Amino acid sequence: MSGKTKTLRVRKTTVNALINYAMVIVVFAATQILIGQGAISNTIQSMLVPVCCYVVMAVSLNLTVGILGELSLGHAGFMSLGAFSGIIAATLLQDAVPAAPLRLAIAMVVGGVFGGVGGVIIGLPVLRLRGDYLAIVTLAFGEIIKNVIQVLYIGLDENGLHFATKEANLALSETGKAILKGPMGATGVAKLASFTAGFLLILITLFVVQNLVDSRAGRAILSLRDNRIAAESVGISVTKYKLMAFVISAVLAGAAGALYGLNYSSTVASKFDFNTSILVLVYVVLGGLGSIRGSIIAAAVLTLLPELLRNGAINDYRMLIYAIILILVMLVTNNPTLRGGVDMAVKRIRGIGKKEQTEGGAQ
Amino acid sequence: MKKFLAMLMAAAMVFGAAACSSGNNTGNNGGNAGNDGGSGDAGNDGAIVIRIGGIGPRTGDTAMYGLATERGAQIAVDEINALGGDIQLEYRFEDDTGVAETAVSAYNTLKDWDVDVIYGCTTTAPCVSVAAETYADRYFQLTPSASSTDVTADKDNVFQMCFTDPGQGVTAADYVAENGLATKVGVIYNNGDAYSTGIAQGFIAHAPEVGLEVVTEQTFPDDSNTDFTVQLTACRDAGAELVFMPIYYTPAALILNQAKNQLNYSPLFFGGDGMDGILGVVDESLAKGLMLLTPFNASSTEEATANFVAKYEADYGETPNQFAADGYDCVYAIYQALQQIDNLAEIAAMDPAERHTALCDALVSVFTSPDFSFSGITGSGMTWGTNGEVTKDPMVVVVEGGAYVTQ
Repeated sequence: MSGKTKTLRVRKTTVNALINYAMVIVVFAATQILIGQGAISNTIQSMLVPVCCYVVMAVSLNLTVGILGELSLGHAGFMSLGAFSGIIAATLLQDAVPAAPLRLAIAMVVGGVFGGVGGVIIGLPVLRLRGDYLAIVTLAFGEIIKNVIQVLYIGLDENGLHFATKEANLALSETGKAILKGPMGATGVAKLASFTAGFLLILITLFVVQNLVDSRAGRAILSLRDNRIAAESVGISVTKYKLMAFVISAVLAGAAGALYGLNYSSTVASKFDFNTSILVLVYVVLGGLGSIRGSIIAAAVLTLLPELLRNGAINDYRMLIYAIILILVMLVTNNPTLRGGVDMAVKRIRGIGKKEQTEGGAQ
Repeated sequence: MKKFLAMLMAAAMVFGAAACSSGNNTGNNGGNAGNDGGSGDAGNDGAIVIRIGGIGPRTGDTAMYGLATERGAQIAVDEINALGGDIQLEYRFEDDTGVAETAVSAYNTLKDWDVDVIYGCTTTAPCVSVAAETYADRYFQLTPSASSTDVTADKDNVFQMCFTDPGQGVTAADYVAENGLATKVGVIYNNGDAYSTGIAQGFIAHAPEVGLEVVTEQTFPDDSNTDFTVQLTACRDAGAELVFMPIYYTPAALILNQAKNQLNYSPLFFGGDGMDGILGVVDESLAKGLMLLTPFNASSTEEATANFVAKYEADYGETPNQFAADGYDCVYAIYQALQQIDNLAEIAAMDPAERHTALCDALVSVFTSPDFSFSGITGSGMTWGTNGEVTKDPMVVVVEGGAYVTQ
């Protein structure tokens, strides 16, 4: 291993990671300045927190799908666990922790922990499967989480938390309050989420995922994706590294879920269904499997797009146009001619910028 | 290469169209703003323009309900504007796809449009989220069909045109008991749906108080469920004489069919207002004898109702259901309340940012005042309490000869 090539390679991944941080920070700063000047509409402002949540969801799912190489269709299930545990935590701490940002941070940590626990419980049996089978089982687990939450009633009074499968069985005292009411979901949630919290969560997510990929464990995970048999033959523990990637992904999804749940006054379990899992997967696939930056951009653009299409004459066709754009993006990104053209353009631009670098470094 | 070019062209056209439309819209907005300025000066044509912003699902699983509320309100707006009175309404309806997240951004889109009054949402979960926002921002909100008590709880600015879910369950239990329809009742409901669960729980909690025995509670998880023989068999085995099913009409149609054709089980079937629409999807023979609680009977011969039904059928080619009727009534209730505000011209002349707050306070005080009563096509003499819930007489209809017959 020559020292020179090593420093070059490390520098490239570091630069890539730094570009991602810089991109997020610049967008955040620009948005804050524009909000300060009143240049951003209410619609966009109301989308900022969900955009942050979906960005974190996409980046964390990319860890499972793009970097670990296993197809998971139950990512919304972890978001759901995080959302409801986060809401319950925030409600419990209403009096104990008066500072809203701190309460939000604790709720997000709780959400992450519950997401992670869910990830371990699901990951241990499921990650022994591969390919389509894994996809089917994760899908089923996502639906199980949704259905369990739909029959769960959780209430709070001075005696602590009450759990039941019917509202009448909660047996709350006079001052008690039902937090989660089965299919009615959690209602009357105090709105704690903020764009700043979402921004910090994205930075944390980037830090965790990018450093993981760049670590010894990350290389083991990548090797599992590229050739499982070869990786096993050199002594890499398949279960350990698969579980590591899967659980980290679930923790981040749980934290994003807590942020999401605390951004709305009501949250229902049916929101986190199969469709949401697929939506996040669409962000990952369109952004490019394994590409963190692609996931961020795709999640942000595709979350904002249906709202930006609420304009004038096209309002009636906005879901149709949204679908057409999705198809076009998919076709364009998979078109070899166009990709060749884009690659060439990128190379040329890079060539101008980094003339002193070798061709190998620019690839 | 040709293919590639074609694709580029297609992409350019799509984005071009998008750009054009957004350009148009800003133009429209500018024009509207101009109108508003004009409306403030009584010198223009004297009319006060109030902007009503509707929210509901136009796409997604619940689109049929959202579209009905959108269209019902549209008819009312057109009628009011055709009257040419002092108050003219501008109406815009935004899609929420039945999801809280989208509903909140739809609401914010309406805020960007300088909306004065919020009409909606159609479904419960989005409505709870939007209600929290309107409460914080001080907009008056009237929902046609979001029936959970959570919608209005602790919010002085949110009002309902429909019965609350538990209220409907209680009314149904009272009706069954008072008319001696049955003593042993089976309940089938969708436990994945807030509306259905809310009514069922209200019914089950109230039933023992009026001497009804709930012999079995059967649930299904989703409206896309297709096999109900398990639930029906359980009701039959428990000896239910009446099956209460507070569910939407799509699964209800299957239940009626399977009870008759597969199990030969024919109890009385009793539904809630979500059952409205059943006549469009089942045979006359299956629906015969079905009872439902609904505020609206499209086959009524009353003049106002017949007039509305005729207009709706002419415009949209289908018979309106109770969602459309609720929407129609919402707009008229808002209009009637607006007419009773003394300083409306003064409020209308305010800056948009202050106007909605002043209008909200004025409308709330009109709606909650004891002498405000509204009569529409979903009931007469409706009044509202400070909790936002409507008080009106419930109506039970029985299906006979392919039409509703009011009891």
